[in-house]
Formats: sequence, structure tokens, C-alpha cells
Amino acid sequence: MRLGAKPRATGDAFIQCAHCRKTLFRREFEQNLDVCTHCNHHHRLGAAKRIEITFDPETFIELDQDLRSVDPLLFPDYRQKLADAETKTGMNDSIVSGMAKLNDQEVSIAVSNFAFMGGSMGSVAGEKITRTLERAADSRIPAIVFCTSGGARMQEGLLSLMQMAKTTAAVERCRAAGAPYIAVFTDPTMAGVLASYASVADVILAEPKSLIGFAGARVSKQAQVTKVPDGFQTAEFVAKVGMLDRVVHRRDLRRTLSSLCRMLAGGRK
Amino acid sequence: MAAKSWKEWERPLLELEQSLAQLRARIAQEPEHRREELLAKVAEYERRRDQHIQVKYSRLGPWEKVLVARAEPRPYTLDYINAIFEEFLELDGDRLYGSDHAIVGGPALLHGQAVMVVGHQKGRDIQDRQYRNFAMSKPEGYRKAIRLFEMADRFGLPVITFVDTPAADPGVESESRGISEAIASSMLCMFGLRVPVVSIVIGEGGSGGAIGIACANVVLMQEHAIYSVIPPEGCAAILWRKPEEGPKAAAALKLTATSALEFDLIDRIVEEPFGGAHRDPLAAAEKVQEALMTSLQALDAMSPDALKAQRYEKFRKMGRFAEAVLAESRD
Ligand SMILES: [Zn+2]
Repeated sequence: MRLGAKPRATGDAFIQCAHCRKTLFRREFEQNLDVCTHCNHHHRLGAAKRIEITFDPETFIELDQDLRSVDPLLFPDYRQKLADAETKTGMNDSIVSGMAKLNDQEVSIAVSNFAFMGGSMGSVAGEKITRTLERAADSRIPAIVFCTSGGARMQEGLLSLMQMAKTTAAVERCRAAGAPYIAVFTDPTMAGVLASYASVADVILAEPKSLIGFAGARVSKQAQVTKVPDGFQTAEFVAKVGMLDRVVHRRDLRRTLSSLCRMLAGGRK
Repeated sequence: MAAKSWKEWERPLLELEQSLAQLRARIAQEPEHRREELLAKVAEYERRRDQHIQVKYSRLGPWEKVLVARAEPRPYTLDYINAIFEEFLELDGDRLYGSDHAIVGGPALLHGQAVMVVGHQKGRDIQDRQYRNFAMSKPEGYRKAIRLFEMADRFGLPVITFVDTPAADPGVESESRGISEAIASSMLCMFGLRVPVVSIVIGEGGSGGAIGIACANVVLMQEHAIYSVIPPEGCAAILWRKPEEGPKAAAALKLTATSALEFDLIDRIVEEPFGGAHRDPLAAAEKVQEALMTSLQALDAMSPDALKAQRYEKFRKMGRFAEAVLAESRD
């Protein structure tokens, strides 16, 4: 894993930026939404905090919270890894989904949590994303998905690969219904998730410097004789090559999403 | 130690087949009185070969399936296209950036019925392999596929896809031109199609690169093909930091046709001739043709809307999870 993902606590009142290593006031850091006040590094957010800072207070209603991963392949150590991730995050799987309001507008949302097995997509994540998109399609309301994932969950084998198809099919349903779908790529958004529902959103936003790519950087470099461009697989690079709409600072995300939802859902009926 | 390649794994059999061929060649040159004896020897060798094949192929483990699926003489997409369709006209170009040779496609005639064919194409010799980029398509390949899918939809042509790729191209170029977007858009396009779509995995169904052209109404898989979320070597490297543990990962990943059928992820396994598709490509093609025709016939009566809905529902059901019924008993 890349350095710079997690801030380090140095006593109650202070915290150390995982990127520039400067010591920051914890209160200031938290007020700045876990973005370093010194170097602007966007630290990874858990799903709960993401929902709290993005949507109208007290409006989130979690759905599908009873979905749990099973171990259909009897894959070595999978059960243990799931149990460890549950203990670590207090979540059932990598996605939290439900309904919320954004400036009073009803939206169907899903938020990925990297801390749960690298945000990987198995049957549960695929089902939750699909339901989130279907709810948006059925009610013709916007869908907002915060992505962060290492890719498909290999412990569920081909079942995981099929989640790419299933979730993408649900995007097709949103399109057919005229429900806007906005994806926000956060650090990191990779592989099977990037190559499915994430990349076919109507609008794609990304947080600064997020790692975004199909293959692990190591694989890409190995596969290529040519030099790897500067900032390869960063949000800024992906924006430059035309694969996403805007790189947005965390503090501006709520406003940007709200504005997009309002305009895209405001067409002639 | 498990064999690393198909060649290594099949070596004793290949040697037997070689001696058999030499023996047959000799017979013609031998004097009359010796032929009887040699013919008997041929029969004995043939019996031994068949027995060997029987033993080796009757119970292929997951790793052996990986080796056979990757076998160099295994028929590739164009081999099947040539054997199965009366006519095929390859079309090319994504109309956006370039030409990709890892995915081929174009209209074809199947028993007089016009269809659109798209498939990954491997290369057999070194030069050809490079030309085909080892069947690892770049964004242009998927965008060409989208072009052909959309064309098929406009003209009401059923779509047939052949899946045989280790993975999509992971290089810097592909990344810079949006390989992820291309794969996702190809799937999205397939889910919008209002014509019948049948896919068959003929060799390696390698992760995103494979599913990118395999969102079909009917998904078939050849007996010795594999279908996997990640190559076993890659899985072993990530999980145990030991790429050489491929055989162990192959077993864990359940990447065989039997497992895919068990998990309801494919519709039917297409049998291969005795000893694998590479031993008798024409017989293999006949079986593939029969499976394609049967699948298309089954979809023939469905309306465009019903086809789209059936495809959605089919993939909608994929996945295995638990959902607690008593929500109030939580916490
Ligand atoms: Zn900093």
C-alpha cells in the first residue's frame, strides 16, 4: 500500500499529516475534513464521516444493512479476513448504502469504505451498488456513489467478476429511466470497480491526488517499455487524459454535487 | 512439482504421438512382410496413447485446465470463425484512435443467418502473438466491439462473442486512453442491446478483459476453458507473495466450467473432443456450432424488449450472500 493514507495521532490535540509529516492541530484538521491544512493532502475517510460531511444532517437512512458476505468458494482464510474486517470497521461489508437528502433533494447513495478489505467488490458490494442504482432508476432521482476500492474481491472468484457486469447493467437502467448518476472517485479507485460502474457515470468527480487506475502501477510499468508519465494514475492525470470531469477539493464536493443533482434532475419531464 | 506449461504437462503424450507419426511414415517404406508387425505396433501405440489421454483428460484438475486453456495449438477465435461460418468479413477500427488486433469482429453467416461476431484473438507464433498483443486488447479493441454491437443492434443481427484473453492490456498507453472506461462502456452497450447475444468462453476468460464482451443472454463455456476474476499466478502473488503457487490459487479460485455452472454464472458447458479441442479442432468447432445454433434458436422467439430484460435479470441474480430476515433483531 502507498504511504500517506492515514494520519498519525500524536497525542490528543495533535495529528501528523501522512504526506508532509507536519504536526497539525487535531481540531483544525478535523474541521478541514481530514485534509492537511499545510499540504492539502486528502486523507482517506470512512463511510460514516463521508456521509456526515456530504449530506444534510440526520437525513441518511441506511438500507440493505443486513447483507452479509458468505464464503461461497470456501476460499482459504476468507472467513477470517471478513471477521477481522468486521471487527476493524464495525461494518458488514465494504459498502454503506441508503437514501439521503442533499440540500433537501432526495438522493440514492452508496459509499465505499477502503478499510473493509480494501473496499473490494464481492457479491455484497455488487448487490448494494445495484440496489442503489435501481432505487435511483425506479424513483427517477439522482444516484451518488463514492468509490474507493482495490478492485474485485478475488476471494469470491468469478462471482466477483460478475458484479462488474451486474452493477454496469444497473447503470444502463438509470440511463434508460433518466436518473442522473454521479460517481466520486476517492483514493484509491482501481481495477474491477473502475472498469465497471464507476467509469460509466454521467458525471465523474475525483478528490485531488487520488490514485485511479486499471492495473496496479507496478503492472502497468512492467508492461511498458516507455517511460511512465509524471503523475500517472493520479486524479489530475486521469482528468488530463479526458477520463473524468472535475477534480474537486473535499470542501467543495457537497456544493458541487448539490448543484449537479439540481441541474441534471431539472430537465423537461 | 506441478507443470508450468501445457507443453511440459503433455510432453509424454506428445512424445508418444510423435513416435506414432514416425512409425506410420516408416510403414510405407518397409517391405511387405514387415508391415504386419509394424501395423500391430501402431495399434499398440494408439491404444497406449488413447489410454494416456483417457487418464490425463478424464479428471483435469483446476491447474491442468489452466494449462490446457492456454495450450498453444488450442483453436482460437478465427479458427472457429473459419470452421463455423459460411462467410465472415472482418471490419476494423474504432473511428476514434486506432486499430486493435487483439479483438476481431465483423458480420458473418451462420447457416444462412446473418450475425455479428466479435472475439479476442491470440497469436500462434511469436510474430503473430505480438501482432495480436497476446489477445490483450487496448481501449480501441473494446471501442471497436461497441461499434460492431451497435451496428448489430441497428440491423437486427444476433451477436456472437468468443472470449479468449488473459486480461485487457494493462500498459501505460491503455491506461492513458481509458481502458477501464472502454471495458465498462462495452458492458453497458451490451446491456442495452435489443438483439440476441450469445457468448462462449473458448480458452482463457481473463477478468475484466473477458467480461467486457461477455454480457450475453446465453453464456457458454467450453469444457476445458477457464473463467477467472484474476490469473491464478497474480492471485498467488497478492495473497501469498508467491506467484509460483498458481496451482494452489487455481484450485481456490474455482475457475473451471463446472464451478461456473454450479454457481449459475454460465448456462451450459460445451463438450470438447477426446483429449481436448486442440486434438481435433474440427470436431471441437462442430460442437461449438451446435451449441451456438441451439442457443440462438432458444432466443429466436423473444422480443427485443424481452431480450434486454432477460439479460438484465440473468446478471441481476449473480452473486452469493446472506440477508438476515429479522431486521429488528439486529444490534
Ligand atoms: Zn500535509
